[in-house]
Amino acid sequence: MKRLVLCLILLMSPAWAVQPDEVLDDPVLEERARELSKGLRCLVCRNESIDDSNADLARDLRLLVRERLVAGDTDAEAIAFIVDRYGEYVLLKPQSGGSNLLLWLAGPVMLLLAGVTGVVYLRRRSAATAPAEAGLSDAEEARLKEIMKE
Amino acid sequence: MITELGHFALILAFFTACFQAIVPLIGAQRRMPGWIAVAEPAATLQFLLTATSFAALTYAFVYSDFSLQLVVNNSHTAKPLLYKITGVWGNHEGSMLLWVLIVTLFGAMVAWFGGNLPPGLRARVLAVQAMIGVAFFAFILFTSNPFLRLAVPPFDGRDLNPLLQDPGLAFHPPFLYLGYVGLSMTFSFAVAALIEGRVDAAWGRWVRPYTLAAWIFLTIGIGLGSWWAYYELGWGGFWFWDPVENASFMPWLIAAALLHSSIVVEKRESLKSWTILLAIIAFGFSMIGAFITRSGVITSVHAFANDPERGVFLLGILAIFMLGGLTLFAARAGVMQAKGVFGLMSRESMLVVNNILLCVAAFVVFVGTIWPLIAELFFDRKLSVGPPFFNLAFTPFMVALGLILPVGAMLPWKRAKLGRVLKTLRWPFLLALAIGALAWAMQSGRSALGPVGLFLAAWLISGSAVDLWGRTGRGADRLRRLRRLPRADWGKAVAHAGLGVTIAGVAAMMAWEVEDIRVVQVGESFDLAGFTITLDGVREVQGPNFLSTTGDITLSRAGDVIATMHPEKRIYPVAGMPTTEAALNNGFLRDIYVVIGDPQANGGWAVRSYYKPLANWIWGGSILMALGGALSLSDRRYRVAAGARKAPRAGVPAE
Repeated sequence: MKRLVLCLILLMSPAWAVQPDEVLDDPVLEERARELSKGLRCLVCRNESIDDSNADLARDLRLLVRERLVAGDTDAEAIAFIVDRYGEYVLLKPQSGGSNLLLWLAGPVMLLLAGVTGVVYLRRRSAATAPAEAGLSDAEEARLKEIMKE
Repeated sequence: MITELGHFALILAFFTACFQAIVPLIGAQRRMPGWIAVAEPAATLQFLLTATSFAALTYAFVYSDFSLQLVVNNSHTAKPLLYKITGVWGNHEGSMLLWVLIVTLFGAMVAWFGGNLPPGLRARVLAVQAMIGVAFFAFILFTSNPFLRLAVPPFDGRDLNPLLQDPGLAFHPPFLYLGYVGLSMTFSFAVAALIEGRVDAAWGRWVRPYTLAAWIFLTIGIGLGSWWAYYELGWGGFWFWDPVENASFMPWLIAAALLHSSIVVEKRESLKSWTILLAIIAFGFSMIGAFITRSGVITSVHAFANDPERGVFLLGILAIFMLGGLTLFAARAGVMQAKGVFGLMSRESMLVVNNILLCVAAFVVFVGTIWPLIAELFFDRKLSVGPPFFNLAFTPFMVALGLILPVGAMLPWKRAKLGRVLKTLRWPFLLALAIGALAWAMQSGRSALGPVGLFLAAWLISGSAVDLWGRTGRGADRLRRLRRLPRADWGKAVAHAGLGVTIAGVAAMMAWEVEDIRVVQVGESFDLAGFTITLDGVREVQGPNFLSTTGDITLSRAGDVIATMHPEKRIYPVAGMPTTEAALNNGFLRDIYVVIGDPQANGGWAVRSYYKPLANWIWGGSILMALGGALSLSDRRYRVAAGARKAPRAGVPAE
């Protein structure tokens, strides 16, 4: 039984996110590698970074990132190296060029629009005079009072 | 037999919903009391039929009726009873049945407790709610029928996805659905008010409990989901900006905005059309959530019945309800005139700012979520939008919100003097600054995130306390008066403080987490952020429907043993899936999180361990927010049923 369990575990165990044998000896380089791999997508997974993923491909990419860093690449060069080979799909933080400008500007532009609309509305409200109290009929007014009293 | 009864009940419920969607609406339009009165029994009947159907499906799961395809695909005789029951909604078809069950439950609640609503409005609300029911009943019956039989039943089932066999996840969907579907109620109220052509303070008060309830359930549901991800997925992340998470987060943001804008409708009769629009959009986001989860257009970790046909059907439902709602809104928006007049500096203005920030934040999340789709369709670019984008684009809104919140919460209505409020708030502000500065000085890195987060947290919590204390007036007896403040005041303070607690947890966890990955021999120890972790041994354990490799780990600090921890690696042979069960040692200020990995070739085991500062604050804050909402909901002024019997029955209000 015990052997069966072990076999099963060995057969089915997932390769794990960041294995001890991947870790670089240089803590500074390792730190950079971790930062970079948090921003890279595991291509065969659903929305996971290679830092979190336990897929084999993610492991290969993690090793690749470390290889590039050890070879002396800067962060930007290492990323560019991977994007050249795997496309911008690997970037979890989309580039800001081209049509992606829309994505990056959507928030600020919307905030500006909403802010302007809000200010216009607020100025109008503060300038308005209270309308005559004709909103509710007497019966409704009484009913509203009843409700408010509860 | 029971299965067929359930199936039949579901079909009957569909027809009841059709009836309820049409007759009361005509009745309310032509003022025919009999046709109006039909709405209540219909809503009750619809709920009872759906509940019967749901009970039949649950029965099939509990008794492992493998002649049902759904049970075969998602259950197994060896599974614990709890997960047999939760397996009912751990799949697409069953979860849709739960969804409509909640739709009809909310409708029935209006029928049972909505006695203080004018009959015309109530009939219209129930009719609109029934329309939503019709759409989803049809969706279930035509595209995802849970009651399909197999001609040749197998001996055993294929088991539920092991990741779902967990108490946290077992109750995550029901709460989320209660939240999503609760927003269908606000949608129904909004559409009914548009048909009726009047929105007033009373409407604001009627709709508020439902918004509040939906928001509370969403808060709990999202909190549970994130807590589950934290301890189950094995690396202690709590939020991944996954499309499906975003799908639940957007309605939460919009519901929070709606909650605040409906206060303005209720107290000041302003922001009416905006509130109606928000109510429509909020439900729209709920349905977008359903669409994203179930259509598979956007890849996500929550892969869950990815079927284009279902996706198209859901998109159709979404389009019909949104186009219908928005067209009605465009036609009737003119009717809703604001009454309240207020200055630029007032509670009203601050609530407008709150709404702008929450809605634009939701918009940013929305754009980020669908951008991969848009980029591929229109710009032919295949790209990803992940956590780095959202962290960057979303966080500023929360910081701004946190900064203005204590001020806005204390400003008086109509016309306010900012100086007076700022003067009261100077001590909380200084306290928060001091805490932020302390965090800055004590941390080893240069990250601004942690100190800013702690500053905001202290500012929110102490600001809420000062606000509450300020309401007790002057002189002696303030403590007694504090206790007797309206529950809504307490709810507001508790919920706002809860937001602060969550912000502190998120910031601390993102800024000061310590991680350690290494190979450990049995008997070996290592240090993690001042704690000592010792691997005492590794055992094989047999569970009910899984096999487990369990590590025995001792956690100690300066020689004192704090706890023994048992991280596991499990294998579910039937489903053929491994899971990691992290071992957690919870503390008020930190969690220690240990995961055991693979045996290594040269002996020893891979062990990952984390020191997670303030981890529990994230969920503690969520609980506080939900508690605050519940306190506010229990305020006697909002109780739905209050006055139902005493108030005289008024006639149908004028059109």
